[in-house]
Order: sequence, then C-alpha cells, then structure tokens
Amino acid sequence: MAQYRNHLAWWRRPLVGRGAVLGRSRGGRGALLAAALAFVLVVHSTVPSFAVQPDEILADPRLEARARAISEGLRCLVCQNQSIDDSNAPLARDLRLLVRERLKAGDSDKQAVDYIVQRYGDFVLLRPPFNAGTVLLWIAPLLLLAGAAVLARKQMRGGNGRADRSGEAPLSADEARRLDEILKKAAD
Amino acid sequence: MTVEIGHFALILALIVACVQMVVPAWGARIDDDRLMAVAGPASLATFILVLVAFLSLMDAYVASDFSVLNVWANSHSTKPLLYRISGVWGNHEGSMVLWVLILTLFGAAVTLFGGYLPGSLKARVLAVQASISVAFLLFVLLTSNPFERLNPAPLEGRGLNPILQDPALAFHPPFLYAGYVGFSMAFSFAIAALIEGKTDAAWARWVRPWTLAAWMCLTLGIAMGSWWAYYELGWGGWWFWDPVENASLMPWLAGTALLHSALVMEKREALKVWTILLAILTFSLSLMGTFLVRSGVLSSVHAFAVDPKRGVFILAIMMFFTGGGLALFAARAGELRQGGLFAPISREGALVLNNVLLATATGTVLVGTLYPLALEAVSGAKISVGAPYFDLTFGPLMVPLLVAVPFGSFLGWKRGDLRAAAERLIFAACIAIVAAVLAFAFVRSGPWVAPLALALGVWVLAGAVWEVLFRARMGQADPSEVLRRLVNLPRAAWGTAIAHAGLGICVIGIVATTAWRSESIIAMKPGEKTELAGYTIEFQGTESGRGPNYIEDRGRFLVSSGGRPITELVPAKRLYDAPPQPTTEAGIHAALLGDLYVVLGDAQTGGGFAVRIYFNPLVRCIWMGAVLMFVGGAFSLSDRRLRVGAPRKARKPLVVPAE
Repeated sequence: MAQYRNHLAWWRRPLVGRGAVLGRSRGGRGALLAAALAFVLVVHSTVPSFAVQPDEILADPRLEARARAISEGLRCLVCQNQSIDDSNAPLARDLRLLVRERLKAGDSDKQAVDYIVQRYGDFVLLRPPFNAGTVLLWIAPLLLLAGAAVLARKQMRGGNGRADRSGEAPLSADEARRLDEILKKAAD
Repeated sequence: MTVEIGHFALILALIVACVQMVVPAWGARIDDDRLMAVAGPASLATFILVLVAFLSLMDAYVASDFSVLNVWANSHSTKPLLYRISGVWGNHEGSMVLWVLILTLFGAAVTLFGGYLPGSLKARVLAVQASISVAFLLFVLLTSNPFERLNPAPLEGRGLNPILQDPALAFHPPFLYAGYVGFSMAFSFAIAALIEGKTDAAWARWVRPWTLAAWMCLTLGIAMGSWWAYYELGWGGWWFWDPVENASLMPWLAGTALLHSALVMEKREALKVWTILLAILTFSLSLMGTFLVRSGVLSSVHAFAVDPKRGVFILAIMMFFTGGGLALFAARAGELRQGGLFAPISREGALVLNNVLLATATGTVLVGTLYPLALEAVSGAKISVGAPYFDLTFGPLMVPLLVAVPFGSFLGWKRGDLRAAAERLIFAACIAIVAAVLAFAFVRSGPWVAPLALALGVWVLAGAVWEVLFRARMGQADPSEVLRRLVNLPRAAWGTAIAHAGLGICVIGIVATTAWRSESIIAMKPGEKTELAGYTIEFQGTESGRGPNYIEDRGRFLVSSGGRPITELVPAKRLYDAPPQPTTEAGIHAALLGDLYVVLGDAQTGGGFAVRIYFNPLVRCIWMGAVLMFVGGAFSLSDRRLRVGAPRKARKPLVVPAE
C-alpha cells in the first residue's frame, strides 16, 4: 500500500507545461476507493486500456517511431509493471507527450530518456541501468548458468566416480572402436 | 446453515489431516502396518470433507446468499450462473479452499491408484502430503475464512470484478492450481524418498506421470491466462512479464526440467539426486507463486489479498516446506545410490543440458522478479525490472535450448553420435533454412534476428515431425510399412513429438507476432475507411446496448479485402452494473495468417472515435502450441507403460526397436 501511495504522489506531482489532464473519465472511482486503493489503481490502469491516443501521434513518422520505441522502455509509474506505451493512465499519457515534446525539440533518444530519468529516477526505466546496485541482477543469468553447469557436472561425475571405485576400468580406444562397430551392426 | 456445515467440515478436515500427518509416518518409522494403513482412509476422508466445504461455499454463491461475507463481497444476484460458480474461486478465500481441495484430491489419488507402491513409501508420501494440507487448512481457517457471516444480511452483493467475468478466466485458476498443487505430489515423493534413503523403479514410475499431469494442467492454465489477457485487456499483448505471470512461469520451467530429468531417472536410474532436488524446488516455486500472488508483496490484478497477516502466514509456510525440504536434502541426498553411466554426448547428456538451461532460465526469472524488492530492502533504491530485461536474458537462454531439442530425440541413450544425429536432422535443418530465407525475402519490416528466430521455431517443429517419420522408417520402408510403424509407435514417443512440435509452433507464433505486428491508431468518423495488412476496415458507427449485467457502446466495423467483404467486427466498451467498472471488448477476426484486432476507444472532441487496429501475425500459434503441448502430455500419459504401472512388467524391453 505504501508503495502505491508513493506512486500516487508521483502522479500528482505537477508536470511542467502540462495543463488539464485528458484521458479517460474517472467515474466510479470514488465508490471503489473504499474497497482497496491498490486494487482500484491497478484495475483502472489495466482494464479499459486504450493507450496511445490518435491526437498524440506526431506527424513525422520517423519521430513517432522513435517516440514509440522510447515509450516501450518507460514504466508507467502508477501502474503495475506496464510501459507508458501500454497504459491508459493519465500520467502515462503525460509522459508520452513529454517524450514527444523532447523529440520535437531536437533531443536525441538518449537525451529524452535522460530527461525523464532525471525527474523520476531509475524506477521509470523498465530496463534497469547497469550500475553498482544492479550488477548482480545483470550477471545473475551467467552466475546461474555456471552454477547449474557445475552441479550438473557433479551429477554426471557422481556416477563415474562410483563406477571407478567399483573397479571398472574405462574402455581403451581400441575397445571403444570395436564396441562401436558391434553396436552399429546391431543397430542395422 | 449449509455454510456452517462447510465451516465445520473444514475444521474436521484439519483434524483428520493432522492424524494423517502423524500416524502413518510414525507407523512407517516403527514398521507397523496397521498404523501405516491409517493413511489411506484418512486421505479419502480429508478429501471428502474439503469437498463438502467447497460445495457448501459454492451453494452459497449459486443461491446468492449475501449473509455470507465472502459471497456479499464478491458476487451479485444478476451475475450469470457460470460466473456465480467461478466466483467461488474468483476471490482470495474461495481460491484457497479450491487450492486445498485439489491438494487433498491428489492425496486421495495416491490412495486410490497407488496400490502397488511399497507400504512405507505410500504412508510417508501421504503423511507429507497431509502436512501441506494442515498448513493450508490452518491458513484458510485462521486468516482467510470464507464462511464468515454478515448480520444483518445485505440485499445485494458487491459483484465480481467484471474483467474476471469471462469463460477463459473461469477455468484459468482451477487449471493453474491443479498444476501448482500437482507438483506437491513430486515434492511429497521426494521427501519420502529422502526419509527412506532410497528410490526405486516404482518411485520414478509413479512420480513421472503425476508430474506430467500437473505440468499439463499448468501449461493449459498459463495459456488460458495469456489468451484471456490477449482478448480482454484490449491491447493485444499476450505476455507482460508481470510478476504474477512470472510466478506461474517459474514452476512451469522448473516442472519442465523435472519432467525431463525424471525421464532419465526412470529409464536409466541416473540423475536421482538432481531429480529429487528439482522436485523440491518445483513445488517450492509453486508455493512462492502462491506467496507472491496472495501476499500482495507484488500488487497486481491477481492480488486479492492485500493483508500483511496472510502474507506472513504464507511466507512461513513457504519457508517451512522449502527450508525443511532443502535441509533434508542436504542431510540425506548423499545416501541415495545412483547408477546409469553415460557419456556427455548422449540422450542423458542432452537432457542434462535441457535441465541446466531450464534451471538457469527459472533462476533468471526468479532474480528478475525479486530483485527490485531485495534492492529496495537493502539500499532503498527503487528500480523496475520489466520486459526488456527478460527479453535480454531469458531470450538468449532459450536459443541453445531450442537448438538442442531435436538433437536430444535423435541421440541414443548412454552414448550418442552427434554426427549421425546431425545427418539424420539435415531434412529439418533444410526446412528451417528455407523458412528463414523466405522470411528474409518477403518480410521487409521487423528486426533482422526475427527470421533467424523464426527458423529456430521451424527447426524444432520440423525436428519433431521428422522424429516420428524417421522412427517409422520414412523413405526406407514402403508406405504401408511406414503407416503400420506409425500406428505402432509407443504413445510416449508420439507424446514427445507432439509436445515438441507444440513448442516449435509456440515459438513461431511468439516470434512472428512480436516482430511483425502492425498497428494503426486513428480517429475515425462513421463512414471512414482505413487499411491495415491488406484489410480495408470501414467504421459504420456506434450503437448502445444492454447485456445481462452491463451496458455497452458497440462500434460496427466492416472488414473487406480486395473489395470482397470478409466479416463485421463489433468491438465494444462496457460499463458493468456492479461494480460499476468499464471494460473493453476487442473485435477479433482470426484468419490463417493472423488476427485482425480492433478496439474501440473514446469519442474524440472533433467527432468520431479513437480506433486502434492491430494485425497480429500467427498469434494463435502461441496458444495452439500450448494446447499441443497439453495433448502431447496426454498422449504420453496414456502410454501403456504408465497405465499398466507394475514396475516389473514394464521393465521388459519396449516394443519399438528403432532408436
């Protein structure tokens, strides 16, 4: 809950250059607020989803494509794990417009994203940056792969080790070749 | 009154489960057959008692008895019957009763079908199973009692969240739970094996089909959820890497690994320790899924219960079973003898690779899901881990896995010949290359890796098809002989091929729809036309209508292609009566090559409506693939080897000579 209140505060933070918030009517929210704030917020942001509105789309298709690509990587701060491209929340719309404004003003993709990150923190990035706090996150797959491989090797060795103790000598090259021949014959 | 009977039955079930937890385990310890025999009747009794509780709750829902707090909070008298029934598990308390019901159903199944199991193993398995029942029955009774009354009784209920009023979602939770809970079977067997200090052929032969059954249910459950999200949430997405989705994906991945390692264990008595570890981890991940979803740690649409008390309770359950299971594993795993030597290049080796990659993928999803929580707890920094992270990490892990799938089926047990396998697979490789070239040639848009990824899916599909044909000596024997061989192929072989083909088809769908989806967002006035992916879509206007428990605005769109009318799509915006909540209903036209997906948006200030149109190429392959995986599992399950069950009989060499 605390998390959500926090998000709400974010959403209420005034955005420079943004006047009235357009978007969906928020009718019926009052009644539901009584139930559970988090639930309502989530449902309202997930359900009647109609994210990018026709009036937001930029005339220049190249600029618009860049804006869409950027939007897909930015988190809608009041939603659960949704990008601003997918969300119909008013804040997501504000951010989408903000991104487009920056691009129109001549920002590069990186500058536009940095501008948003400056104001909202790393939390807004769906792809977390690589830094001291996220090193483990990014190298986790490699560590896990190495760990699983070591465990698997041990498993396979476990069998071999026991076999060695029981006195079976490994096949010599010649024996292996002869065995292969026999097996091949049997397979045919 | 019925509700009180249900409540009472649930309390009785707890008491019986306590007996089932203690007496048979003690009997197995002191080797007393009479004490061990308590397990059977006790497991049946727990199941029947929980069933009574569940049915009494369902009765209250069907009758719309609003004097029951749970019914009042989640149901409404105007709701259609199907959703009054599914409403039972459309809320936290009821869904936990369903969870326990399925858990005890599996326990009863051990009693009913486990006649040939060694007595002490059966007693211990049922005791472990009962300990899980006890934990969750306590959870329901102490923190999530669905049988509480309201006095005075209100006249009308508050209704079910309308996005949950949907046929696919009505059956999504039962399948998902059957999967989650089904893995408890593997867990109980693993714990019992560790206590006994041995596993035998009966062990693996029993564990594998039940793991398979659970895995099938989970596959279908996840697919239903994804399918529902696709058409109901209104932006045509089918997977969001939402924490709650991840919570169901993790047990699925681990369960898939478990299925494959159990295969090695059954056939070759190798990988015993590994299989037992996976069995413990898979169920732990199921418990963790329950914890993540039910505790509200990760709030989402699924988190009905945002109540810290419940979260702590489930966390305690999870820690007890995971921690206890792993501690027992650490203490006893060394005593398990495993045999079955194999070279790295062999069927076993391929299955080990499958396990390594799937385990890594599971771990990656786990880290990605929990990292933000952990980081915030440790340093206070807030970060988001979203789809881009998983695409970058999970995706690459799947590549070697998919490349290896067809090889696995063509390698021999113990020692395989990679070159021979590759030669046999040339046919499949050619088809995959042709697919990639065609994709490069005909589809100009999308990322450059897309055709390669598509080829990977085709490779898996063609490899699966070729495996069956190869085993039937296609191209060597004459057609009637091939047909005879195909019919006589063991069902397990068919099952493997079908499930792998399903995987390939699923990958094809994922790649195509992710890379080549096209979209158009425009404002349309009645009479206006637009084009997308070869379709002409004409907006004809809107009309208002009324359904059983909602009002809606419907938009009418005439779809044609090359001047020929194809269909009329009627996407709608609904406003439900109780709770008064809006939803969108997409208009979807499914064709061979993909879905045309139309969503009606808000009225625009300049007149007309916002309209969002997508073309999702081959998107249905995703769920068709999942259904095929289910069907493959069913084929495998019906294999004579598993049906007959008696380990001694089945140890005879199988009928098929080819491998």
